[in-house]
Amino acid sequence: MSKLMIMAIGLMSLYGVCGNLQADKVIHEEKSLYRNIEIKEAQGRRCLVFKVKRRTSRQSCINLDRPKEVVFPYTKMTFAALLLRDKPESVLVIGLGGGTLPKTLNQLYPDATIDAVEIDSAVYRVAQQFFAFEESEQLKVSIADARVFIKRALIRKDSYDLIILDAFTGEYIPEHLMTQEFLQEVKSLLTETGVVVANTFSTSKLYDYESATYKSVFGNFFNFKLPETGNRVIIAGPQPLPSKKVLMSRARRLANRLAPYYINIEDYPRYMSTTSDWDQSVKPMTDQYAPANLLKR
Amino acid sequence: MSSASANLNPTQAQSYQGLVMSLAFTSGFIIMSVELLGGRILAPYFGSSIYVWGSIISIFMVALSVGYLVGGRLSLHNPNLIKYGRFFILAAVALLPIVFFSNFMMESVFTRIEDPRYGSLIASTLLFFIPTAILGIIAPYSVRLMVENAGHSGQVAGGLYFISTLGSALGTLLTSFYLVLWFEMNSIVITMIAVLFTAGMLAVWTGRKSNQ
Repeated sequence: MSKLMIMAIGLMSLYGVCGNLQADKVIHEEKSLYRNIEIKEAQGRRCLVFKVKRRTSRQSCINLDRPKEVVFPYTKMTFAALLLRDKPESVLVIGLGGGTLPKTLNQLYPDATIDAVEIDSAVYRVAQQFFAFEESEQLKVSIADARVFIKRALIRKDSYDLIILDAFTGEYIPEHLMTQEFLQEVKSLLTETGVVVANTFSTSKLYDYESATYKSVFGNFFNFKLPETGNRVIIAGPQPLPSKKVLMSRARRLANRLAPYYINIEDYPRYMSTTSDWDQSVKPMTDQYAPANLLKR
Repeated sequence: MSSASANLNPTQAQSYQGLVMSLAFTSGFIIMSVELLGGRILAPYFGSSIYVWGSIISIFMVALSVGYLVGGRLSLHNPNLIKYGRFFILAAVALLPIVFFSNFMMESVFTRIEDPRYGSLIASTLLFFIPTAILGIIAPYSVRLMVENAGHSGQVAGGLYFISTLGSALGTLLTSFYLVLWFEMNSIVITMIAVLFTAGMLAVWTGRKSNQ
């Protein structure tokens, strides 16, 4: 009897952890130029989902009861960039999703100018309609391909203190946003003390190639992986990387400000490594050679 | 042996037909391989949005249609293998700017045209129109070289469409599945230039030999 109980509880918790796609309530569905978009609600969360072939991938979620909460671990991890460059005055976010990153940064730094670039106007509409995302004087959205936006920004001689690379198609990052030439352009767009932070996966052959590419452009970078997530966040910039001690003291100072967003920044420094843990023999990806879509499986 | 080219004996005609068929296959293969790489070539300047593919596909279609028209016209005047081979050599030369000047060309389009839709349209015209149009000439010209009488012209055209479209399918598949994983884009294009050049020389050589 007790065994049955344990099994039942086990099953229930498994159910809770995995969620159940059938139990999700689809509140909005649309086909955009680029993909099928769904807005789903389950367990008090509302999520933006890209459907690609058999795979569906959650792009962005909000907690309906705690609207400030940053839900995804990788989105929280992005804020580790603030340990290298606090109080950014200008921010560029590539890939809007539900708008969590630009929205949160806007609340944290109301005076900063934030540009968000999104290729899919449908994603932008959905972010406004379902994720309480709003444009303002300080927070502007451009509907454009990120590579094109960045090239134009360079011609305008713009620069940013913080650049966040978070463009996902539902499968992975578009190839032309992973190459050495692209990262060079990103680097040129950074201010002297600027920082780039990129959300990537740590679970594929592509991990080696991506690491080699970042290394070739930025030299040493922080390789930030939290246990039990498949995500890896790269943090890099033109300045030398701060020591662990400096990271810790900055984290302590930031902790209170980030607490309302459920970001435990003080846990982060110890997972930010500068060790090269990838296959050193692979070549960086370039515009000439970027078999990204083939390497990711 | 002065009338050899006018009246080929059956074995000679067969090898000659085999040559035209395999060259038509090669041209089909290369057209689609270049088209597929076109998306990659344009992406750093114009992105990978749907309109970039729109630009590339329309320019390839217009270039091919012009090539078909010109090729049909050219086939009226003393068609022969030597002229046929020259089209391949010309196409090889016309592909060279993709390797050596594409960044320069895209850069100048990028700085002049803000809208990436028209930017990508102009850039694909500059890069792909001429080589694709020349490759388009090859299709009707191949038909003319192989047709011996009006009665079987449909069958000959069908066979050529079959082989060149099969080449196109294979070019698309191999390029997207394997070539981009193994080689740099420029190496792929340079290889195709070499193949076109060799194919052209082979046709010219065969033409000269059967003229002797």
